[in-house]
Parts: sequence; structure tokens; C-alpha cells
Amino acid sequence: MSEPTRDKLLDVQHLQVYFPIKKGLMKRVVGHVHAVEDVSFSVHPREVFALVGESGCGKSTTGTAILRLIEPTGGKVFFEGRELNSLSEEEMRLKRRDMQFIFQNPYSSLNPRMNVWKLLSEPLRVHFNLSEAELRERVEEMLRLIGMTPDQLERYPHQFSGGQKQRISIARALITHPSFVVADEPVSALDVSIQAQILNLMMELQQEMELAMIFISHDLNVVRHISSSVGVMYLGSIMELGETEEVYRHPAHPYTQALLSAVPSHDPLHKSKHIVLEGDVPNPASPPSGCPFHTRCSRCTAECREQKPALTETAPGHFTACHHAGAPKA
Amino acid sequence: MKKTRQPVKQRPLPGNESTLRLLWQDPMGRAGMIGIGLIIIMAVFAPWIARYDVAQMHARNRLQGPSAQFWFGTDNFGRDVFSRIVYGARVSLVVGIVAVGIAAGFGYLLGMIAGFFEGKTETVIMMVMDIIFAFPSILLALFIVAALGTSIVNTMIAIGIVNIPVFCRTVRASVKTVKSTDYIANARSIGLKRMSILFRHVTPNVMAPFTVQATLALSGAILTEASMSFLGLGIQPPNPSWGSMLSDARKYMEQAPWLVIFPALFIIITILSFNILGDALRDVLDPKLKL
Repeated sequence: MSEPTRDKLLDVQHLQVYFPIKKGLMKRVVGHVHAVEDVSFSVHPREVFALVGESGCGKSTTGTAILRLIEPTGGKVFFEGRELNSLSEEEMRLKRRDMQFIFQNPYSSLNPRMNVWKLLSEPLRVHFNLSEAELRERVEEMLRLIGMTPDQLERYPHQFSGGQKQRISIARALITHPSFVVADEPVSALDVSIQAQILNLMMELQQEMELAMIFISHDLNVVRHISSSVGVMYLGSIMELGETEEVYRHPAHPYTQALLSAVPSHDPLHKSKHIVLEGDVPNPASPPSGCPFHTRCSRCTAECREQKPALTETAPGHFTACHHAGAPKA
Repeated sequence: MKKTRQPVKQRPLPGNESTLRLLWQDPMGRAGMIGIGLIIIMAVFAPWIARYDVAQMHARNRLQGPSAQFWFGTDNFGRDVFSRIVYGARVSLVVGIVAVGIAAGFGYLLGMIAGFFEGKTETVIMMVMDIIFAFPSILLALFIVAALGTSIVNTMIAIGIVNIPVFCRTVRASVKTVKSTDYIANARSIGLKRMSILFRHVTPNVMAPFTVQATLALSGAILTEASMSFLGLGIQPPNPSWGSMLSDARKYMEQAPWLVIFPALFIIITILSFNILGDALRDVLDPKLKL
């Protein structure tokens, strides 16, 4: 994981995001929230990579920091072989044509004073030099892809349902035909009945537009459905990384095992053993020493308290950050 | 339940209607618009509406009560109160509009800069604003007029300066709120330039509280002018303003109450109109209420 290689579209190396905690009259920095500690992974073209974890584990921060919507405090992100953090603000701005972000909450991510036409034509105006007719054509083509009609162009966001808003939001992100998109929990703000529609739409668009995607989610079933690789995050670090099916079938990290054991089974007769974690997630402003998970881990030993385990290959293409990786002992 | 108000259903294609039309459909908005409309007509057509010259003294008819000849009575010099009120509308409106123009213009600019760029710029701007804010507005306006000299222009400048902080604070607060919204992050992720974000996304969303603040400040400015004229530092005689008329009437209040009642009534009507218009405007400008 050191040199960026050509077949990787996106290569994240040791990404780190700390937020300063300021206190007092002089706004002195008294500490840092370790939102993202040390995250490395890569995404291939046309691949859907999922980041899962509970809320507050830094998965959204990772997504926004990759696109430099917040500046990372450390690490490197390579996109098509170019290091993003070395780009000037203007170079980065132009690069955004190829890498977009789909927001979690369509209720707040669309400007309430812009109608659909303005919302969808704006990205094109920024990055392309098109005539009004060409703009119209591109916007209508995109509308068709998201299953909406041109007579809705004059409407404003508040006149649409949540699902429709998210369609518009997706269209706004994809209208420049990016090669890579970060989707930050794109369905978690929607009704369950709508979630499947939007997910299917995203999968269709991903296939059709040959998109690579980072799909951020806390829904394990959705992740299994949509992604080909997965990274499990806990307290700002990646705990386990690999192909989705492999990780779901043979979880090697005790945290992943606990997470997966909490997923309800479809078979009512199937009795799964729930692994119940004790305690709370530690405060990211003062993370524990050694393995971030050691405060809640049943396999914790002295080694875990002192030394942070590195991501090591426990099976081909399957990486685990645990000193005691492997299937749970019966 | 026939009389229940259903403003929601009457509005056909929301979001596309002009603000003025929506304002007219709102009963409070309509009342405010009518009130202000009447005052504006009065000010514009003053020469035709007024029955006498404002300075003309009817020596034999001093301190007369309301009559067919002098609708609102006469003052201690025998001047027609009605005519003076009609001309006074000009002063009140011009002072109000120019003063608010100054305050809103500078306040908007400073608030935008402070809110959008933050950091040291913001600290310095807000410190100056807080200092201005800390003075009672009348006192500060009086001080400015005393320093610049008494004239109508200086009165407007003084009232304008006094009102800058309110606008600056309103705009800064809205800019900060808007800045932290998802749709601004979205605009950034799309790849918009900073200036485009400022003008295309921040400004339209700041305009609503700003416009409301402007209508409210108008009534405040008219009131300040009245108070300053009352204290003798506003409009100079023989030019009438509602405030100076009140001030002059002080000594004759018991013998000739109409000298107080009529100017006060017009001040009240004007301010009330602006205030309810401001309230209605706030409702109308909220896109989410336009369902």
C-alpha cells in the first residue's frame, strides 16, 4: 500500500483528520478530536467500496476529507495517480468535475431557492461551456435517468417528496459524468419504503455510468447488497478490510463479528448467538492506547492495551487489524 | 366552518409567484401596503393635497380646533396643521428611506464580509459594531448631528450610522447560518467558485431576514427622526416634520390637544403599517410556507 498504482482510481494512504478543541477566551487549542486516525484503502474503477461503522466512527469525515470538503490533517489521497492535497484550491475545484459527493440529507442539501432546472444546470455551467440547447439536452437526459419528467424542472425542492429530492440530489452530483462519487448514507434520511428504490437507482446509474463509488453506511444489509469491497471502521480506524462477501462470511475481527451478529436473520428458526458489546465507544478526544477497540473486546490482552495492531492480511485480500484475528472461539 | 382562512389552497404554482402578490393576499400585508401607500401618495402629491402653505400664518385663527376651514385645526402661529402634516410626510419618508438605505447598504456589506470571511476581519468589524451598538441610539444620533451640524442631510446620516450595527448583525448571523448548511457544502462539492457561492447561494438566502429588517428599521428611523426633531436637532423650522410638530405642540397640549393628536396619529399609522408589512413579509419570504 505504498506506491499509487495505475489500476487504482483512488488510493487513500494514512488519512488523518483531527479537529482542534478550543477553549477559553483566547480560543486556545486544548486538544484534538481524533475523527479519523489512520485510514488507508483503495478503490478501483467501477468498484463500489463501502465504509461501515456506527455513528461517530469517522466514516463520513473520511468521505468528506477525501474530497477535501474538509482539509485532512495528515495522509495522502491519490486520485488517478495525482495527489489531491498538493493541488491548489483552483486545481481542486476543477477536479471536482470528476469526483462528486452525494449528501445524506436531501432535505437540507438542496438550495431551497433554486428550482430543479437551476440545480441541475449549475454543475454543467461551472465545468463545461455549453449552449442553452445543449444544457437543456443534458439536463433532460439526466432527468430521464433518474425517472423524472421535464415538466418538473420549474419546481422547487420543497415541492418534492424525500425520495424525489434525493433523486435530484443524485442527478446534481452525476450530471457532470464523474468517474468517482462519495455517497454519504444516501438513503438513511428516507423512509424505508423509498430506500430500496433509491438504492436500485444508484446501482443502475453506477453500472450505466461506470462509476466508482465510496458508499458510506451503517446498514449492514444495504452494504452487502450494494458493495464489492468493504471497510469496517471503529473510532477513526479501519478494523477490517476486504471483499464484501469474504468479510461477511468469515469476519476475523471481534468488532466485525459483533456487528454482524446483530443483523437479524431472515430465518425465524435460526438462532444466532448475539455478541453483546459492553460499555460505550470511547471519547475520540482521548482515544485509548493500543487497539482502539480493546476497552470493549472480549479477547483483549496486555498486548492489545499497549500496541495498536496494524492491518495485516489474514486471508488473501482480507485485512484485519487485530492481534487475535480469527473466528470466535466457541 | 365556512370562514376558516385557507391561504394555502388559493396559491396556484408556489415559488413562482411574485412577493408583492403574495403580500397582497395576506390580510396583514395588505393592510400594511395600504397604509404605506396612503402615506406615499400624501408625500408625493403634497402640493395638491395641502390646503395652505406650510409657513402661512393665519394670525386671527391661532389655536383653532378642527373645522371645515382647518381640518386638523391650527397651531399657535395660526398655521394649518393638516397642511403641515401632509408636507411632514415627505420629511418622514425621505428621512426613513435614506437613513435605512445608508444603514442597510453598509450593514449588508460589513455583515457579508464578517460572516463569509470570518477570522480577524470579523472580530474587528464586530468590535466596531458593538461599540456603536452600546450607545443608546438617540444619544449617538444627537452626538453625530451635534458634531456635523443640524441639517436634514446630517440627520439622515446620523440615523443611518446608528442603524448600521443592526443590519450588520442580522446579515452576519444569517450568512453564518447559511454557510454551515448542507447546500453550501453541496455547492462547494460541485466545484463552484467562492464568489459564485456567495452570490448565487448565500445572498438569496440572506435576503429574507434582511428585507424584513429593512421594513422594521424604516419605522425605527421615522421614529428617531421624530424624537430628534422633538429635541430640536432634526428638521429646522419653519419646515414641518411630525416630530417637530409634536415638540412645538408641547406647551399648548392642554388648550389645543389636536396639535398633539394628529401628528402622533400619523406617526402611529406609518410605523404600524411598516411593522405589519415587515411581519407579513417575513411570512411570505419563507419558501417553506409557500406550500
